[in-house]
Amino acid sequence: MADLRQELKEKIIEQLNLEEFTVADIADDDALFGDGLGLDSIDALELIVMLDKDYGIQLTDPKEGKEIFKSIAILADYITDNRAK
Amino acid sequence: MKKVYINSAVTISAQDTFESDGFLNAVKKLSGKTVAARYPNYKDYIAPANLRRMAEAVKMGVTAASKALKDAKITQPDAIITGTGMGCIDDTEKFLNAIISNDEQFLTPTSFIQSTHNTVGAQIALGLECKAYNNTYSHASVSFEWALIDAQLRLQQEESENVLVGGYEELGKEIITYRRMMEDVDGLGIQVPFGEGASFFVVSSEKTEHSVELIEIGVYSTISTESIQDSLKQFLAKNDLDLSDIDVFVSGRNGDGFDIYYDLTAELFENITQLQYKHLSGEFYTASAFGLWTAYSILSRQEIPEAIIFKGEIKSDSHIILLYNQFKGRDHSFILLKR
Repeated sequence: MADLRQELKEKIIEQLNLEEFTVADIADDDALFGDGLGLDSIDALELIVMLDKDYGIQLTDPKEGKEIFKSIAILADYITDNRAK
Repeated sequence: MKKVYINSAVTISAQDTFESDGFLNAVKKLSGKTVAARYPNYKDYIAPANLRRMAEAVKMGVTAASKALKDAKITQPDAIITGTGMGCIDDTEKFLNAIISNDEQFLTPTSFIQSTHNTVGAQIALGLECKAYNNTYSHASVSFEWALIDAQLRLQQEESENVLVGGYEELGKEIITYRRMMEDVDGLGIQVPFGEGASFFVVSSEKTEHSVELIEIGVYSTISTESIQDSLKQFLAKNDLDLSDIDVFVSGRNGDGFDIYYDLTAELFENITQLQYKHLSGEFYTASAFGLWTAYSILSRQEIPEAIIFKGEIKSDSHIILLYNQFKGRDHSFILLKR
């Protein structure tokens, strides 16, 4: 699980061009949206594509994303339970 | 009809034109196939949260636009009009390559959204929270000229008082390089590097201390070498001007075989100062916007840098400048400025 959390942080920094952040700056429970990392709706689209491409998870209900993308810890748990690859 | 004035001009180019107060005093000699612009410190103009998604064209465009507005002391323009030949080519390359490498299964949203030609105009408007008229023209090497004509018409017809107008281009990573390679197939290709940049202007119906009058813009899709001299004379006559009224002639020479058009028009201006600029900016579809920045600077400063002289001597004062540009014998444009 720790490896997956590390992997997700690296992917988020790279794919969302978060040049100001390092992996060490992102705590497992930090909010990804709003006051945390400050991600927005376009970033959410990028995360949905990443889930599909890298883990074989297709989110069909947008409301689902709101819960799943709350933090790295919650996202990693969801991927572990639902991944197809 | 109201007159049209250029009240500020800002360019980000391969030269030190953005942060320097000088006017092409210490120029960099360009070499190689392509040459990138000198990028300013974008963080002075764009919030880091917005900056992270922007490709170079967007960053250059938003930054140049921001300074042009500041220099003209305008906070909200009545219109934002941009011109670009290739648009946001870097993001276009990114999302097309992603489609190929992902077997057409996944589309990367950010690069797709930002690949459109009107991204720069849109990002400027978003930053200013400006809901005014916003348009982008893409017509190869007369993209900027069409944007300028739109701005001119809006001011003349009193639909706007202050218009932000600009041209931009970025190199990207692949397509421009391939296009550049085509130039080297025979010895008649473009002899200056392919470049990039963003030039923005505030044009207004109100004259200020640094104003330069934009008399007229003429755009022609095709002109033969036999008729280029007559076309130029007719353009001047339409504006009640004669060849002898022109103080400075600025041409978009790039060293290719189509420079014959510039040679033919230059014959009409044997006794005046003739200038060129693409050896300093590089060639790109909106390089003529850099040419306009150069002409505006000459008139507002009453100074001609040595680096841009093609022929003739520097006269003590200049009042009317004619710019002429074409690309591969097509898309000819004349721009007349007066101070």
